[in-house]
Amino acid sequence: MRALNNLTFEVPAGKIFGFLGPNGAGKTTTIRLLLGLLEPTSGRVEVLGFDSSKQPDEVRARTGALLEYNGIYEQMSAEDNLEFYARIWRLPTVERQVRIKELLTQMGLWERRKELAGKWSKGMKQKLALARAILHQPPLIILDEPTAGLDVMAATSIRENLASLADSQGVTIFLTTHNMVEAERLCAQVAVIREGKLVALNDPDDLRVQFGGYRMEIVGSGFNEKTLTLLRARPEVSTAEVAGGQLTIYLGEETDTAPLISLLVDAGVAVKEVRRGKASLEEVFVALMEETR
Amino acid sequence: MIEDILTVMWKERKTILRGKASHSKFLQMLMFPIILNTVFPITWGPDWVTDFPPLISAIIIPALLIAVMVPDSFAGERERHTLDTLLASRLPDRAIFFGKLVAPIVVGWGVALLLSLVSLFVVNVAHGEGELLLFTLPIAMGILTLSFLSSTTMAGAGVLTSLRSETVQEAMQKLLIFITIPAVLVQVLPLLFREQFMTFMQTVDGLQLLVIVVVVLIVIDIGVFAVAFTRFQRSKMYLD
Repeated sequence: MRALNNLTFEVPAGKIFGFLGPNGAGKTTTIRLLLGLLEPTSGRVEVLGFDSSKQPDEVRARTGALLEYNGIYEQMSAEDNLEFYARIWRLPTVERQVRIKELLTQMGLWERRKELAGKWSKGMKQKLALARAILHQPPLIILDEPTAGLDVMAATSIRENLASLADSQGVTIFLTTHNMVEAERLCAQVAVIREGKLVALNDPDDLRVQFGGYRMEIVGSGFNEKTLTLLRARPEVSTAEVAGGQLTIYLGEETDTAPLISLLVDAGVAVKEVRRGKASLEEVFVALMEETR
Repeated sequence: MIEDILTVMWKERKTILRGKASHSKFLQMLMFPIILNTVFPITWGPDWVTDFPPLISAIIIPALLIAVMVPDSFAGERERHTLDTLLASRLPDRAIFFGKLVAPIVVGWGVALLLSLVSLFVVNVAHGEGELLLFTLPIAMGILTLSFLSSTTMAGAGVLTSLRSETVQEAMQKLLIFITIPAVLVQVLPLLFREQFMTFMQTVDGLQLLVIVVVVLIVIDIGVFAVAFTRFQRSKMYLD
């Protein structure tokens, strides 16, 4: 069985790159290939200018990773967890102490640094794992669902840290997530894979247009089957539907919406509010998965 | 490389000896060895320093400790989901392998030697009668070498059985099977060969027997380490 098949993409430097796909799509395998932990049967993986099959040590030396599991040693204190990895990255003793303090303070964990990490909440452990991944200030960070299972506050805090890393420090972040809102907010570019194959690659906004098109959402009353038939007859309208007292009109392309509103008013619809927008990334994702099924 | 091995050993020391859970677990592991080296010298008498029992103790104690520590160190990383992150770091395979191996060997060997000294103290208090009882040279050398070789053999076997085990329990069960192989082999040996073996054993003295055991353990060690080292590669560490 092929885990990945003809997968080709390039990650822009200094940006957050979202790597999306359902469970079993090949995200974790891709990460292992990037880190040189697995070798591809054919093809080539180049990370930061190094071939990850031939120079895996060079790749790993320049990469920070927060994988599917946080990898925290629960029987060790938070400080010792970072100390261990700081030693692995060979940070000099003084710099090591300064960096650990800086990161734990930044993550709001400094006061509890002596506690066993196993006693911490999932959100705190995840923050600690993120601190560990950026400890040696790598130019590339690989994150496998870093906010999965976290409460809103913890997830928001992690996202803020990630955005800051990319924006202010120019770190390249390779992020897998099932949270489409997160991908939409954070990522400069996203790739969508399914069964090991790339099905879409673009920046989230363009992807929303490319696969979801434009739309109009109209709040009001008087929507009926006749209104929908009139709308669907218009060439610029792909389809229209009513749900929860709201009419959604899907447009093939960006178009002048005034004639459509006039049409609705003439048909007896009481229009209270009109919103223009695009499909959400989640809708695009679902559409892509159904399209390729 | 040495710095990386020391780093892994630093972490292993923390996880073996530190932490409340590890502390109590480690003390539980030491209960039997402590009893072995305090009660037995009293019951055995002054011959403890010239006879073979301290050698048995020197083989059993590190083997027992390492049989717990090594699976916990190797398979435990996988079970606790810390292995992936460790493998994603810049540490070379060799540093992880030797760091994880040396730390339990040092602890197992160290504890065995320390408990031998405890047994010496106990036998002096119980049976010294004003005279200082010391291990004879062959016994002292035997304790040093056998406890070390027992540590390394068990550590190598522990790594081998842990590499393809998903859990610590599974690794320990496989290790138990590995340990019982010699006993099973003895049982299935043809009767004639067994009799020849027993006759041969009666012809050798204690020192010769010690040398034979040491040589056998060294041969097993080399084999086990060679296989374990060859198999310890990042790409082979994934079970899925």
